[in-house]
Amino acid sequence: MAEPSLAADAKPWKNATAKPFIRIKNITKKFGEFAAVDDISLDIYKGELFCLLGGSGCGKSTLLRMLAGFETPTSGSIEIDGQDVANIAAFDRPTNMMFQAYALFPHMSVEKNVVYGLLREGVPKAEAMDRVSDMLRLVKLQDFAKRKPHQLSGGQQQRVALARSLIKQPKLLLLDEPLGALDKKLREETQFELIHIQESLGATFIVVTHDQEEAMTLSTRIGVMKDGKIVQVGEPPQIYEDPKSKYVADFIGSVNMFEGTVDVAVSDTLRIKSPEAGIDLLVAPIAGLKANQAVSIAIRPERIAVTRHKPEGAANIVEGEVEEVAYLGNLSIYRVKLASGKTLKVTKSNLLHDDVPIKWDEKVFLSWSNAAGIVLTA
Amino acid sequence: MKRGLFLPIVSFIGFLFLYIPIASLVIFSFNKSKLVTVWGGWSTKWYGELLNDPQILGAAWISLKIAFISASLATILGTIAAMVLTRFGQVRGRGLLTGMVTAPLVMPEVITGLSLLLLFVAMEATFGWPAGRGMLTIIIAHTTFCMAYVSVVVQSRLVDMDDSIEEAASDLGAKPMRVFFDITLPMIAPALISGWLLSFTLSLDDLVIASFVSGPGASTLPMVIFSKVRLGVTPEINALATLIVVVVAIGISISWYFMRKKVKT
Repeated sequence: MAEPSLAADAKPWKNATAKPFIRIKNITKKFGEFAAVDDISLDIYKGELFCLLGGSGCGKSTLLRMLAGFETPTSGSIEIDGQDVANIAAFDRPTNMMFQAYALFPHMSVEKNVVYGLLREGVPKAEAMDRVSDMLRLVKLQDFAKRKPHQLSGGQQQRVALARSLIKQPKLLLLDEPLGALDKKLREETQFELIHIQESLGATFIVVTHDQEEAMTLSTRIGVMKDGKIVQVGEPPQIYEDPKSKYVADFIGSVNMFEGTVDVAVSDTLRIKSPEAGIDLLVAPIAGLKANQAVSIAIRPERIAVTRHKPEGAANIVEGEVEEVAYLGNLSIYRVKLASGKTLKVTKSNLLHDDVPIKWDEKVFLSWSNAAGIVLTA
Repeated sequence: MKRGLFLPIVSFIGFLFLYIPIASLVIFSFNKSKLVTVWGGWSTKWYGELLNDPQILGAAWISLKIAFISASLATILGTIAAMVLTRFGQVRGRGLLTGMVTAPLVMPEVITGLSLLLLFVAMEATFGWPAGRGMLTIIIAHTTFCMAYVSVVVQSRLVDMDDSIEEAASDLGAKPMRVFFDITLPMIAPALISGWLLSFTLSLDDLVIASFVSGPGASTLPMVIFSKVRLGVTPEINALATLIVVVVAIGISISWYFMRKKVKT
């Protein structure tokens, strides 16, 4: 097995001289007047597991299909491993794809499905069958080689599709919602299996998904898409902790959003006037803000503490009344209504069992530090 | 109780209405008497006579040949038409093209027959082919209208088929022809079989179009039966008709079976 080609601390996208493996330049795809993909440029590096994340209709699948060669770009270029692929048909590209509904050949056994790509490549039958049995062992399907796809469960079909798309050892594997058809528990297990397989093969994966949790778990980097454009590219913590727009902050995880205007910087904190919050919000300052500029402040629910007594020394403190409590086992979610009428979502880890739980209609204090608020100007 | 009986009774009457004529035909084909309408006891002698009638046997052989060839041609052409119509995407005038392919389904046979006859005559006058009318012209005519049936059956199959299965094959390195023979053809095979059988029975049945475009020495079975019946129905014809009913029923049931059968995905 190859060494993981991308060590955890090697981040080629932070290195200006690193050569990207896939170079997407100003790519646009129009269907009639509608631009499904609108002038996207993106570099992806060897060994990455890159997630394209976005809601339905954001153009993520179209971008993937252009990489595979099923759609022709209206303009722009795609380079894979230094080679412009514009004139290379799907069947000659060094890419393979795992399809959303798996697209297994229904009239062929598992074995025949997986070996199909090797035979088209001209690999001798005996060698091809050896490689197929290795691959089936990797995806733990060695006992199902002779079955037809309809005799398998959803999870098994998913693994056949993965095996079939990996058998040619593609330089680039494209996965369209690879886990979308699995139930939650199976999806969580399979996520880690997918990472393990990707690391052991050293291949570059591009995954399209609408599931932000899946993207967070899998990726080295995430590209968040909206309306045919990439709105932010970054490592999962970066996307979560430092979203660049309201859209990204809202799309990734849940968030409480306050509208406000910039007041003044007080020593090392920034003061934001926000009638919605009922107090002046104190946040860590960012560069390039003008006085009275309209901004949004995003605060993650887990960054807010909920207490019965007024906490000491917190930068931001508001009072509210508990409207709803949802107990999820490992954590509880509170919806707290402020005096201004705004409702905030707060999560609290249930670390201790013998806590006297906070209940409906209780008066509580919500507090957070000035590092918790994210200032968004877009 | 009353409501429970209503539907069975109505459907029973409906089925009687449909099948009494055929049943009586079958029963009278086993009639011993020479008079068609007078019962003279059970016998299979008319089936024996049938086998010794060279005119009927000859016509049956011609009909089978025509049905076989035109069903095969119609299946090939109809499949191509269906592929083109489903895979061309959103081309302008696609609806019109689809309509034009399927129009022969609803065209009165007399008009189809007459227009083909005129065409054949004009073609012979212009460039000498097809020389005269006979089996060849019947085959062409039957292929024309059977093709419409095949294309409808195959199209519905292709529409149901997930495009990404073909894309997957192409992604794994199969060139377009390879994709067609490895993936598309096996997946639409049931529709092809069903279309072929449907064409075969339609061609075997056809009287009107064949009468228009046929020539001397190429009388199909329905044509022979029709001309014989004009001289009076004989028990021999009953026997022949019974055999045709059996063959057609088998053909239709097999084609129905394949049409219903789904590829398990």
